[in-house]
Amino acid sequence: MQIYLPIAEISVNIFLILGMGGGVGFLSGVFGVGGGFLMTPLLIFIGIPPAVAVATEANQIVASSVSGVLAHWKRGNVDFKMGIALLIGGVIGSSLGVVLFTFLRGLGQLDLVIKLSYVVFLGIIGFLMLIESINAMRRSRNQGAPKRRTHNWMHGLPFKMRFRRSRLYISVLLPISIGIFVGLLAAIMGVGGGFVMVPAMIYLLGMPTAVVVGTSLFQIIFVTANVTVLQAVNTQTVDVVLALLLLAGGVVGAQFGARVGVYLKGEQLRGLLALMVLAVCAKISYDLIVTPQDLFSLGIGGH
Amino acid sequence: MKSLILALFGLSLCSITQPVAARELAVDLSKTVVPITASFDGSELLLFGAADPKADIVVIVRGPQHDELVRRKERVMGVWVNGAEMTFKNVPSYYFMASNRPIEEFVSPELARQRQIGYEEMILTLKNENALADQDKNSVSQFHDALIRVKKHQGLYGNKTGNVHFIGNRLFRTELKFPNNIPVGSYAVDVFVFRDGKIADEKTTILGVQKIGIEAEVYDFAHRHALPYGVLAILLAGMAGWLANTIFRKG
Repeated sequence: MQIYLPIAEISVNIFLILGMGGGVGFLSGVFGVGGGFLMTPLLIFIGIPPAVAVATEANQIVASSVSGVLAHWKRGNVDFKMGIALLIGGVIGSSLGVVLFTFLRGLGQLDLVIKLSYVVFLGIIGFLMLIESINAMRRSRNQGAPKRRTHNWMHGLPFKMRFRRSRLYISVLLPISIGIFVGLLAAIMGVGGGFVMVPAMIYLLGMPTAVVVGTSLFQIIFVTANVTVLQAVNTQTVDVVLALLLLAGGVVGAQFGARVGVYLKGEQLRGLLALMVLAVCAKISYDLIVTPQDLFSLGIGGH
Repeated sequence: MKSLILALFGLSLCSITQPVAARELAVDLSKTVVPITASFDGSELLLFGAADPKADIVVIVRGPQHDELVRRKERVMGVWVNGAEMTFKNVPSYYFMASNRPIEEFVSPELARQRQIGYEEMILTLKNENALADQDKNSVSQFHDALIRVKKHQGLYGNKTGNVHFIGNRLFRTELKFPNNIPVGSYAVDVFVFRDGKIADEKTTILGVQKIGIEAEVYDFAHRHALPYGVLAILLAGMAGWLANTIFRKG
């Protein structure tokens, strides 16, 4: 069954879109990532114009994150105080990101920058997470619990605050800077940024894995909402019909995902997420390196 | 003066003895608007016409014209990067040609080029030719061919011979198929009558491709009231997320 998307201006199979939404939503529920780094490339792959894919995906992530947050909230796995600190940074970062996005588009190399940032960030994070989770799995088999926190320069920063739910006493500047960085990436890459934020919260802040997922989703809601409105106003590329189809599949998938996620151990969760991140990274690198079928492509005229 | 009167007399006599329609080309479309609705998945319509059955018929459909930017990828440090680019102006977003038999059999290459019959014959002009570097000037035809190749690949450019059929002695018809990615706008449908290697008659009909109903409303809303549209999109997403959670909690 075909449906015509009013903003993307193409006709797509309704079940394909629902299925993609459901599949990515499931993974999003399990790992606490928005799933944007999977969905945006998938949408472009099926022929949605990249600008529409990026903006619409931000809108869809709002829905799957709301659904995911509620599921985690019930179990008390959201640190709202930490979430708000991250959010302050996220709004600053994503607003800066939209400015940078416009600047790069003017240079005509936005596509390349997007793909290279995917390769670099997915590659580094996927690789680090994979190594860490393998080590953690080995450690937990041999000894007891791993050492989670170390005392370093970060604990010397001012504006210290107590984050009860995360059992942390750290400077509020740390989550704010992570928020800015993730927000910047989110706007440029058309993702929620969970795949960067989740490891940052675990390894940089030392938050317990259980709280990380819910808190990351909480922050993602507002950052992607910010991106959605900015894109709707600046580029008119948010396709609500596409977003509604994706989120119809996505919210259901995320519910199932959140249930499966609680049965997995933290290090297993991280190991699987790492493999997924590396797979997407490999695919994008391959596309950049292999000789394209046609060296010529059409852009938007009169730029 | 005398000869002119005679000629006029002869002409009017001619039109009396022979019905006017016998000489004239008449064209009509089964619909003048291709509506894009929510369930739109391409469309087809019929073009009917009346003409001299001994003549050849060529139908050309052209979509709205836009500037088209063509980019060529180049390898930089092992990675394919968008390199040189050229912009062609007033490129038809859609081009389809139909004829009753292969056009080489009745149209000279010169005439085909002159009237741009067949997408291969399309004349494309650069937007800012003076701004081109000298080494790029040699590759203009490469970019030109690439544009046509990509458009053809997207199903937006095509030629089809043998699908204009005469039914009865004067009536002809052809089926025009539009893919599901056709651009919105005003289309020109040109019908040419060829006799003895020359264009004996031609007629242009306008066809509109437009969004209808909810498709049009969503599009207008997104463009006219961008901020409320964005806020509404977020609220819808938030509600959908909450709804899914509520349903699952009860279930």
